[in-house]
Amino acid sequence: MAIEQKDVIEWIKKYADVIAEKRQYLIDLDSAIGDADHGENMNRGFQAVLKKMPEVADKDIGSILKMVGMTLLGTVGGAGGPLYGTLFLQLGTKSASKFELTLQDWTDMLEAAINGIVARGKAELGDKTMVDALSPALEALKEASKNGKNLQEALQASAAAAEKGMLATIPLVAKKGRASYLGERSAGHQDPGATSSYYLLKVVAETWK
Amino acid sequence: MKKLINSPEAVVKEELEGIAFAHSDMVKVHFDPNYVVRADAPIKGKVGVISGGGSGHEPMHGGFVGVGMLDAACPGAVFTSPTPDQMLEATKAVNGGAGVLHIVKNYTGDIMNFEMAADLARGEGIEVASIVIDDDVAVQDSLYTAGRRGVGSTVLCEKVCGAAAEQKRPLKDVVAVAQKVKDWGRSMGMALTSCTVPHAGKPTFDLPEDMMEIGIGIHGEPGRERMKLKSADEITEMLMEPILKDIPYKSGDQVCLFVNGMGGTPLIELYIVYRKAHQICEKHGIKVVRNLVGSYITSLEMAGCSITLLKMDDELIKLWDAPVKTPGLRWGM
Repeated sequence: MAIEQKDVIEWIKKYADVIAEKRQYLIDLDSAIGDADHGENMNRGFQAVLKKMPEVADKDIGSILKMVGMTLLGTVGGAGGPLYGTLFLQLGTKSASKFELTLQDWTDMLEAAINGIVARGKAELGDKTMVDALSPALEALKEASKNGKNLQEALQASAAAAEKGMLATIPLVAKKGRASYLGERSAGHQDPGATSSYYLLKVVAETWK
Repeated sequence: MKKLINSPEAVVKEELEGIAFAHSDMVKVHFDPNYVVRADAPIKGKVGVISGGGSGHEPMHGGFVGVGMLDAACPGAVFTSPTPDQMLEATKAVNGGAGVLHIVKNYTGDIMNFEMAADLARGEGIEVASIVIDDDVAVQDSLYTAGRRGVGSTVLCEKVCGAAAEQKRPLKDVVAVAQKVKDWGRSMGMALTSCTVPHAGKPTFDLPEDMMEIGIGIHGEPGRERMKLKSADEITEMLMEPILKDIPYKSGDQVCLFVNGMGGTPLIELYIVYRKAHQICEKHGIKVVRNLVGSYITSLEMAGCSITLLKMDDELIKLWDAPVKTPGLRWGM
């Protein structure tokens, strides 16, 4: 079973809805250890993406994801703009001219996206950032593929690993981003970037069946 | 939330429209992408000096655009870094052929967005240099954090770099001036109250009536330590001590002493802090040769202050004294 172009569009739309719904929650998480803008910025970015979706409705998956990346880069701002912008630009580059994706394609895309984020933000696993949700999700995908799991099982495992990674940011002391200024006081709070990244993979698992 | 706004979404746009009406003799405002630019830009043969950052710190940065200071400023959403397209268009708008300096405050978002903009501008054949201001001594451990934040020194950097550029000095000289401010400026801030980001609608943190935050940033991000409220003199000592402990100040140095209001603290209180800070400098044999007292780098309506000490040599003093005409800072013309 493959992931079709329309599934990718559905994923982006549903994610935009989730971000709109969780806007205040993400703001609250960011208020605790950052500057209270993550939910607002992400929502502004994805509302702009929604407006542009009709323009790419019949395009290949790569073009759709690149449009998402460029739009986020120009509308989100903060650290989230370059990071989520890079994530989608890398997903798009790896899926250029494709109208269908296999589990292997998605794994390669996510790997390229994480590499791009790490290169831009220079965060490592355990720094209390979005990488803490994304990296375990990628490892779970690879593990599931190796064990011959089907697409749905692999995506479920990936979302579950992202959730675990997100929750594991709670006791961490932040080493990157504005939360790092708090030192020890950043411990005890869930990272907002890891949270929005978990939603991304959660919606993947819920949409691509 | 009790604010003089029409809607949280319109805050930045309507503020910029106000600036455009109020200061059309000094600046022009460009929308989509948003930037404030000197009315007479670009100036042939002059280095363009640009800064930018989240809104909510007014008059920084848009209020410092004009003769002898910034050529352009890119305002982001409240407390949110602007985006690369704004910075690229502003860079192009002020490029007089002598290159452009980006003055960047050390925050993860600002750094990443300015880096992307500089890459894009270089791709279009514009020479771009960047200086990252990271003067906040409240952030102690720079190895395992995003590094010290950029705060009060940014205002002083914009003033002296703008003056150097106005004299048509080449880009490398303007960068050298910026580097001096980066090396010789240190700051520390504190808050008496939180601030309310318009789109959040409630205070960023709760600070009980009898408590204060020491080592606060300029975004309502909590400081390093929360403690019982103390007297102005004690607070000033608590801010000055880590600044003076940090290199490079020693007896005999000349400094600019900058006491900054966070937005919600009246000038009468800032002068009380200035008084004590000036006395502390004298006690350490440090000569205050220039000063600035007022709210120049704010955090919306937060009450509190920051103190910045900038060591000055004769070159910096001359550049500080040079004429400046911007909405937020003006002398000599």
